[in-house]
Amino acid sequence: MMLDRVLSGDLPRNRMLTAVLIAIVVGLALAPFVFPGAKALNVAAKICIFIVLVASFDLLLGYTGIVSFAHTMFFGIGAYGVAIALTRLGPSWAAVGAGIAAALALSFGLSLVIGLFSLRVKAIFYAMITLAVASAFQTFASQLSEITGGEDGLNFKVPEMLSPGFSLAQQPFLGVSLDGKLISYYLLFAITVVLFLVMLRIVNSPFGRVLQAIRENDFRAEALGYRTVVYRTFSNVLSAGFATLAGALLALWLRYNGPDTSLSFDIMIDILLMVVIGGMGTMYGAVIGATLFVIAQNYLQDLMKFASDAAAGMPLLPNLVHPDRWLLWLGILFVLSVYHFPAGIVGRLRGKK
Amino acid sequence: MNTPLLRLEGVHTHIGAYHILHGVDLEVARGELTVLLGRNGAGKTTTLRSIMGLWRAAPGRVWFDGEDIAARTTPEIALRGIAYVPENMGIFADLTVRENMILAARGAKRAEDMDAKRLDWIFGLFPAIKKFWQHPAGLLSGGQKQMLAVARAIIEPRKLLLVDEPSKGLAPAIIQNMIAAFRELKQTDTTILLVEQNFNFARQLGDRVAVMDDGRIVHTGTMDGLADDEGLQQRLLGLSLAAHQ
Amino acid sequence: MSSPVATTLALGALPAVRLDRLPLLLLPALALIALPLMGSFSTWVTLTVAGLAMGMIIFIIASGLTLVFGLMDVLNFGHGVFIALGAFLATTVLGSMADWTASENLLINLLAVLPAMLVAMAVAGGVGFAFERVIIRPVYGQHLKQIMITMGGMIVGEELIKVVWGPQTIPLPLPAAFRGSLLLGEAAVEKYRLIAVVIGLGVFAAMFWALSRTKVGLLIRAGVQDREMVESLGYRIRKLFVGVFVAGSSLAGLGGVMWGLYQQNVTPQMGSQVTVLIFIVIIIGGLGSVGGCFIGALLVGLLANYTGFLAPKVALFSNILLMVLILLWRPQGIYPVANR
Repeated sequence: MMLDRVLSGDLPRNRMLTAVLIAIVVGLALAPFVFPGAKALNVAAKICIFIVLVASFDLLLGYTGIVSFAHTMFFGIGAYGVAIALTRLGPSWAAVGAGIAAALALSFGLSLVIGLFSLRVKAIFYAMITLAVASAFQTFASQLSEITGGEDGLNFKVPEMLSPGFSLAQQPFLGVSLDGKLISYYLLFAITVVLFLVMLRIVNSPFGRVLQAIRENDFRAEALGYRTVVYRTFSNVLSAGFATLAGALLALWLRYNGPDTSLSFDIMIDILLMVVIGGMGTMYGAVIGATLFVIAQNYLQDLMKFASDAAAGMPLLPNLVHPDRWLLWLGILFVLSVYHFPAGIVGRLRGKK
Repeated sequence: MNTPLLRLEGVHTHIGAYHILHGVDLEVARGELTVLLGRNGAGKTTTLRSIMGLWRAAPGRVWFDGEDIAARTTPEIALRGIAYVPENMGIFADLTVRENMILAARGAKRAEDMDAKRLDWIFGLFPAIKKFWQHPAGLLSGGQKQMLAVARAIIEPRKLLLVDEPSKGLAPAIIQNMIAAFRELKQTDTTILLVEQNFNFARQLGDRVAVMDDGRIVHTGTMDGLADDEGLQQRLLGLSLAAHQ
Repeated sequence: MSSPVATTLALGALPAVRLDRLPLLLLPALALIALPLMGSFSTWVTLTVAGLAMGMIIFIIASGLTLVFGLMDVLNFGHGVFIALGAFLATTVLGSMADWTASENLLINLLAVLPAMLVAMAVAGGVGFAFERVIIRPVYGQHLKQIMITMGGMIVGEELIKVVWGPQTIPLPLPAAFRGSLLLGEAAVEKYRLIAVVIGLGVFAAMFWALSRTKVGLLIRAGVQDREMVESLGYRIRKLFVGVFVAGSSLAGLGGVMWGLYQQNVTPQMGSQVTVLIFIVIIIGGLGSVGGCFIGALLVGLLANYTGFLAPKVALFSNILLMVLILLWRPQGIYPVANR
């Protein structure tokens, strides 16, 4: 079946899951028309970007079994690549291309080094070291204010077709004005779909299967003749590459980038939450996790505000449900997920433990 | 006192996906030294570790002094009077010989608390222990470490000793020392289950013998019985005692 | 027969017991290298004391973590929670004793700070007990899950601190008699820093005594090397581990109080902010080694202060640089614990 080939044979395999996924895809595809307003579009764009970012992390964690806290670093490299290029070289497609190319080159180089180093040390060491490296990089980026704009970040113009001022047509179409923002969104959406399908292809290829074998039992894989070193490094590099592309998309959408936008440790935690709650090692988990998380981040808080106001006057309770404390509840959900739903929402739906 | 001190009944042990022990039935008689023979990979070490609770024996039962200990934790099993001398000796290299011994003498907080007579006896068996009392155990030679490992197992009286290949990698002279020490140990009516690949070593100490292959016991009997029957030796172990001298 | 006889016998048969003193020389070496770079001796003294004080506090915080890892192979990414908890508790306790802390009398100040420390240690220890039981115990041996779940514990912990104390930075002023500096010759040395060094040395001495002179300490040292063998000797190492975990959390709480006073303010993120730093320290020291942790912490503290003065831009990477250099020299850290 055609769908089978597009999804590289990795079907959702569950009715509920399929329904949810279709709803998400359709929702994102029609977002500008179905959910009016700038905030809604922002949420939709963010979901797309995080789908790519989280899926790339799943490739590393869920399929290869490597915990790395350096993922936001590559995200940031992508964002800064585009940001710096557009700031320095002006708002042109060539600049975008140059920025992405430079960012990918840096990411490939760094991930290669980190990957080769990682294979000598135990998983825990590796996790700690990536933490240190990412933290150093973040400081580094905010120090080089000449290039990166320091703490303030960089504001820049994007190619004309993507900028809000641009209009494709005078009349709005179905209530939505056909401006640069719309074009940007659909470019984002299209690229997200393509990148996701590519990643799906990768994890379902023979390469992907070897990764999973390594994740299960690396001694065995080595004994079977697979050079785990090579495969792990490859996985590292690929994962970093996709994260970099996600970063580039982020920069193009926001027309701004700063150390907190893409490099902050909070984002790393968010990714971790999304991939675990959604379901590690499933790819679709990234879709579910990202959607759930971003929507919660933006709309759950309103709900919590309501509850917090209602509970005003009682000790502690208003603080517990205060909208700023939404991470507390997600954190608890995360901990529960690791214990009871190690396969996340997707795994649960599919009936696995 | 005729019931065996230790009896394994249909013991299976799985390690991950690997099924190592396939229904082991073994009896160790009180006060005797039983040798567990077999090729590499036959499952001898696994058997000891399963008795000790380091690996789970399931399904199956492990009867020790009338109690099934198969589901017990390692510390509980040790406290019931079983001492274990593993293949790698388990010496705490950064600790001194003295500290190693204090740990083994469970009731002792300091060296003074140990049973002086017993310690003297051990010093007599293994002079090196006395000599290097204050030295980090990691600096001892292989043979000395092995002696320390055995000394730790006997500093307090135990009902059962599980010893895994004590002669491995030792020079012949040291092996003779070891044999002498074990002979003295046997005098104290301790029950010993000894895993060995060195048939000569086993022959000199063993009262009874059990042979393992592929995770099962394939022969049990007296040591004399096996030693006198070259054909049996060939069949079970692929060698003869005479050739091994 | 219990008197050690070995020393009177010929020691020629065994290679001389060489205590690995080389890493200890790193500390004076670093200090001496920095001296000519400073320009003035008094600046050097000030910075060295500051560095040692910072190092001591880091040691107090990190020592529990390294033992927990060495003993049970558990890496607690949520260790920072206890630090923050301790610090915030200090604000509450000291806040309620404002007139005592305002007094210029050193003794009265100490009588105010002491309860703050004890409360911090007790509560952090209690929370540690719960943390071990609820968060860590179910995932023994599964490193991947451990990393994630302790991280989750950290997130939840931080948010709960915000629930109780609010999300903003709270000042934690030093008690009056702790403020200011002493003049040693021409060098101005902050009083609090000297106090921190004294407390740090006290904690180190206590740990050293406990580890080398008590049976529990013996068990910990043995357990770090070979857990299975300790169990085979009949000791319930699980219980020991809970004890060590609680002690480590307690110490982190104490460290939190001292860190808060050092910075003179506390934020809910202070735990996660130092997480990277303490990981670097325990990697440098060798996972499981208290002595290594001590040296590593002091090195990091000294380096941070020296580079902070000489080349602030480098200061942020100095830790990582130090870690890389040490790992190139000894890949398992300064004092690798004998393998299991």
